[in-house]
Amino acid sequence: MNTEWFIVLSALLFATGAMGVLIRRSPMVILLCLELMLNAGNLALVAFSRMVGNGQGQVFAVIVMVIAACEVVVGLGLIVAIFRRRLPLNVDDLRELRG
Amino acid sequence: MEEVLFFTAALGALGGALGVIAMRNPFYSVLALIVHLFSLSALFLLLTSAFVAAAQVVVYAGAVMVLYVFVVAYVGGGGESAWEPIPGQRFLAPLLGIALFVELSVAVLSSSLLALGTEGPDVPAGFGDPAAIGHLLLEKFLIPFEASSILLLLAAVGAIVLASNRREAS
Repeated sequence: MNTEWFIVLSALLFATGAMGVLIRRSPMVILLCLELMLNAGNLALVAFSRMVGNGQGQVFAVIVMVIAACEVVVGLGLIVAIFRRRLPLNVDDLRELRG
Repeated sequence: MEEVLFFTAALGALGGALGVIAMRNPFYSVLALIVHLFSLSALFLLLTSAFVAAAQVVVYAGAVMVLYVFVVAYVGGGGESAWEPIPGQRFLAPLLGIALFVELSVAVLSSSLLALGTEGPDVPAGFGDPAAIGHLLLEKFLIPFEASSILLLLAAVGAIVLASNRREAS
């Protein structure tokens, strides 16, 4: 398969993830959509790594996975903290920090 | 054969992604994301990157998704309110998503990367296997590797601080 197929698929998945962030209200599903976007980036990195014939892009993808794991851990910690304080799990209701 | 595998995996990945944003129950969203992750790891195998594919299944579909399932079970599903701060957001968002897709595709495909239309050069047999990635991680990318391990430690400590009960008592 040519590289461009993978890149177009990655763009499609990224756009889907961005759409999900805009549509959904639950912070948990928004975290899942962030995962979609990070994975689309990973797919592009691995596809370019194959295109160049160099393994370094795959190392980038592995590091992105680490970052995604950190993001999930902190995000889920925040969700548990929100739930413990009996606050609504809805990003539109949780906008006290907005300027 | 390769085309069949690619389009099957691409359909799985896209269907999983759409399932994540379409499901009302967050638990089903997590399950759809697992389908998405398995399809992506098949795509990684097509790109001859065995280690990333294995890490995707073990780390993401194994560990991270279990964490999600636990939190969804703890917090509970719960429906979303229909109230919209921006009127028509649910209809504008897909338009913006399509615009983003077109823009990204045009940006990449109209770039002057000549190798885009090729499969890439022939790679040796060990390309992307754990040994090759391990050599790269521990030789050329040692400092990013160590930095990411510190980041993981900080994230673990941060999650414990965020989710612990102690602060509520004070």
